[in-house]
Amino acid sequence: MSQQAFEPKLVGFLCNWCSYTGADLAGTARMTYAPNLRIIRVMCSGRVDPQFVLKAFQEGADGVLISGCHPGDCHYQEGNYKALRRHRLLSKMLEQFGIEKERFRLEWVSAAEGAKFQKVCNEFTEQIRKLGPLSWNGGKKNE
Amino acid sequence: MIHLTIDGKKLEVEEGTTILQAAEKADIHIPTLCFHPLLEPYASCRVCIVEVEHQGKKELLTSCNTLVREGMVVETASERVLRARKLNVEMLLARAPAAEPVKKIAQELGIEKPRFEIKDPQEKCILCGLCVRACEEVVGANAISFINRGQEREVAPPFGEPSEACIGCTACAFFCPTGAITYEDLYGRQVIHEELNLGPATAIRVPIRQAVPMVPFIDEDACIHFKTGNCQLCVKVCEKEAINHDMKEEEIEIEVGSIILASGFKPFDARRIPAYGYGRFPNVITALEFERLVNASGPTGGKILLANGQEPKAVGIIHCVGSRDENYNEYCSRVCCMYSLKFAHLIREKTEADIYDFYIDMRCFGKGYEEFYHRLLHEGTKFIRGRVSEITDIPLTPEEEGKLIIRVEDTLVGTVRRIPVDMVILATGLEPSLDHNEIAHIFNISCSQDTFFLERHPKLAPVSTFSDGIFLAGTCQSPKDIPDTVAQAGAAASEALALADKGTFELEPITAEIDEKLCAGCQICVSLCPFNAITYNKEKHISEVNDALCKGCGTCVSACPSGAAQQKHFRDLQIMAEIEGLFID
Amino acid sequence: MSDQKPKVAFYWCASCGGCEEAVIDLAEDILKVVEAVDIVFWPVALDFKKSDVEAMEDGSIAVSFINGAVRLSEQEEMVKLLRRKSQLVVAFGSCAHLGGIPGLANFWDKESIFNRAYHTTPSTDNPEGVVPQEKCTIDGKELYLPSFFNTVYALDQVIDVDYYLPGCAPPRDLIMNAVQAILEGNLPPKGSVLSPNKALCEDCDRNDTKPEKLAIKDIKRPWEVILDPEVCFLAQGVICLGPATRTGCGQRCISANMPCRGCFGPTDQVIDMGAKFLAAFASILDADDESEVEKIVETIVDPAGTFYRFSLPTSILRRRKMEEKR
Ligand code: SF4
Ligand code: SF4
Ligand code: SF4
Ligand code: SF4
Ligand code: FES
Ligand code: FES
Repeated sequence: MSQQAFEPKLVGFLCNWCSYTGADLAGTARMTYAPNLRIIRVMCSGRVDPQFVLKAFQEGADGVLISGCHPGDCHYQEGNYKALRRHRLLSKMLEQFGIEKERFRLEWVSAAEGAKFQKVCNEFTEQIRKLGPLSWNGGKKNE
Repeated sequence: MIHLTIDGKKLEVEEGTTILQAAEKADIHIPTLCFHPLLEPYASCRVCIVEVEHQGKKELLTSCNTLVREGMVVETASERVLRARKLNVEMLLARAPAAEPVKKIAQELGIEKPRFEIKDPQEKCILCGLCVRACEEVVGANAISFINRGQEREVAPPFGEPSEACIGCTACAFFCPTGAITYEDLYGRQVIHEELNLGPATAIRVPIRQAVPMVPFIDEDACIHFKTGNCQLCVKVCEKEAINHDMKEEEIEIEVGSIILASGFKPFDARRIPAYGYGRFPNVITALEFERLVNASGPTGGKILLANGQEPKAVGIIHCVGSRDENYNEYCSRVCCMYSLKFAHLIREKTEADIYDFYIDMRCFGKGYEEFYHRLLHEGTKFIRGRVSEITDIPLTPEEEGKLIIRVEDTLVGTVRRIPVDMVILATGLEPSLDHNEIAHIFNISCSQDTFFLERHPKLAPVSTFSDGIFLAGTCQSPKDIPDTVAQAGAAASEALALADKGTFELEPITAEIDEKLCAGCQICVSLCPFNAITYNKEKHISEVNDALCKGCGTCVSACPSGAAQQKHFRDLQIMAEIEGLFID
Repeated sequence: MSDQKPKVAFYWCASCGGCEEAVIDLAEDILKVVEAVDIVFWPVALDFKKSDVEAMEDGSIAVSFINGAVRLSEQEEMVKLLRRKSQLVVAFGSCAHLGGIPGLANFWDKESIFNRAYHTTPSTDNPEGVVPQEKCTIDGKELYLPSFFNTVYALDQVIDVDYYLPGCAPPRDLIMNAVQAILEGNLPPKGSVLSPNKALCEDCDRNDTKPEKLAIKDIKRPWEVILDPEVCFLAQGVICLGPATRTGCGQRCISANMPCRGCFGPTDQVIDMGAKFLAAFASILDADDESEVEKIVETIVDPAGTFYRFSLPTSILRRRKMEEKR
């Protein structure tokens, strides 16, 4: 696959109250942004099970985003702190699997930040485009 | 009941009444000096002297401390009385020739000059002891007393030294009938109450005239009773017996179905912009201080005065202080333009001053607002577009001498200007109230980027929050003016009523559930739930979710290391299937 | 099965031999087994050959107990053969069940493993740089070695598996229960792990010593502290995989005052044991601030190796990303 033709596939886990609403706002405000992010809505970033992140990579994602409310603003008070802790530990672990830190991103996007959501999508897409496809090939029996 | 006659009037009064009180009842005036209705009579001035006939005996008695007796006949102004009173007053006048109340009584009695030697023409103290009694009886501090005897007698603190026992309440000065006591705040203990730093107040007071509810409160830090255990004069004078010093602050729990948050705002602290000199220059004041100043019940009775008591000749009003500024708050205060215009108008009405209005943009969006702005333009307020960079008192020209100089770039003219004024009013912006974050935390509501409470939807649910049953009204949600606040409050109230009327409440069916056949009771989830919705059941060795407390964040679900916890509608399997779905091309 | 004793086979793949030991360790119990069954294949103990198995009728072995992960072509061939000949296949022990300790090799590939083993370890003495070849000729004779896979597989990634006996190694009571169940034909649904489907904390004596709020700031490795033998390891700041590990082992490690390392694998509801433990463990870290979180995370030396100690090949990602061949 030539770098030119590569369109990153990104999976985003967005919390219902901030980031999903922020993405909504980006939409209602008619902001255009890279269409590469495929969104899964969860009630809170704290609901994101690391299994989901692994699953996304295994299924073919080139990058995974978790986006929640800003620290202190979680609708459930502290779900995003749990997301933060898991993100940092999981990033470290993913590196052991040969998955670059850049491919797994955590962002805080509030309901008011349509523009930030736009920026995050664009930036992330570009970053992964530069990094190239992950094309997870782990362990399928093919020898 | 006791029957007596005063100056020919027959009276019936209660036992235990003094002659002075009885006379007062009959509207008969007896002059007094050392008497105060709130203190025990002391009978030292002997000005209240009257002639009493009882059981055939006539004698001169001080009316302030003599109790009535059955059949008494009292003369308050007989010749004998007047002669004696005159003598007494003459002696007092000789001692304290500067005491106004003595002079007044002397004049009434036709005394021109006392026949006795005047020792000190400046003396005011008549040794009535009111101060000593106030300090002892009322305050309980016993900081002053009489010293010496005869001619040398005077009131003083022990050893004539400033007294450590004095709590600085100034009650002695308050009770002194002649103004003989002045005070000096040597220990910084003088109680001057602040109302926006603008003037003194009493320990029991109504916070402001517009207070709701309009009832006084006791400032425990200032009240003498909380210092010495005495005083309680307020209790004595309150006929309704409404004052109770034993009342304590208490926390009360009220069960409600919905809550409206209207926790308001706090004004931007102008000290945060040092270049404007608030706190350094006494004539740089904030908008709220100006409001007090022009208020008819304010410290100057509504006059616009400088700190030195003079009227300003030029006033500058600076808009957007702390607002629309990346360094402080980016948002518009939504009120400072209009209240600044109001100030300009009030200053025009009440003074002759030149008025300068420094603005970034004029935002007169409301009904009738633009028209008001035009009126001001015609009234001669000088509008200067540009952000003030500095307020200084360092003059460059003679006419700037003694003035506050406002440095500003006039963006309409395109030059930097220096404008000397006498008073600067800072139109401070609005910020969330002090305990805003705490409130957000208690009610579990989010804040938008400007830190005000976040409404559920800016258009479709502007008074609701993401927490069901909690509504917003007023400036806790965003800066807004009074009409908008009232409108929003009305909307919040009706939303709350609608909910109360319905009587039921829909929970989102997205709560967590723990399969007791699978849960190992590891309690990981218990530690994580922010709402303490999960408890560990020691007997059954499992953890259990309280459905009513669970808000459905799913944190416990993603953490449950054995997969026993699941979230309804957001099950692992469902989300996994969603992920797979994303990659079906 | 009435007149004839059921035929039983044992086989080992990539394993340490502990599971074979576990069978021997059944001690007098093994006699009961031997009495009841007819062992037809057991390379570690009895001299049967591959050709003996090939000669058997398909499906004639009642049950094959296979331990060890699949790492070589030879192992693949043998387990496929045994599958064909057996009615039931039981993955015996952590390695067959989950990939086990050999599965940790999935953080590398063949090339890097060979390079390490035959060239760079300090103890390597290999001046000519000899590396095993699948085929070589010595004195005119062709010799073959099985091929070495890049990836280690759990048994069920190579053949169909009927039951799993978890554990490194499986404890005696579970083995006996399994054998009994098979003999009596009293078996749970196919695919079951023959151990209770709950996490270890359920049976751990230390569980009730957990504080009301578990929160860990200071992560300690077992050798860094004197461990309280009564108190939950997590409460002592030591990583214990108990909450993410199926119970049934009789808390062997715990009673030896060592934290659980997860040899029993996850419960049925969990797909990826390492990720799930990570989720739980990260959640109870006691920090809200990014840099503070990072500081704690830094102290977790080898998260993947720790959380997937026994289960890497059966995790969602299964292995480290293979470098693209240039
Ligand atoms: S879903 Fe969230 S609120 Fe509900 S029990 Fe779990 S942690 Fe608590
Ligand atoms: S985390 Fe899971 S297994 Fe542990 S107590 Fe909670 S529900 Fe039970
Ligand atoms: S975490 Fe480990 S030590 Fe603690 S209760 Fe569970 S199994 Fe026992
Ligand atoms: S305690 Fe954990 S590691 Fe030890 S035997 Fe049991 S399951 Fe295996
Ligand atoms: S609700 Fe947004 S992160 Fe928790
Ligand atoms: S008033 Fe009665 S003696 Fe002074």
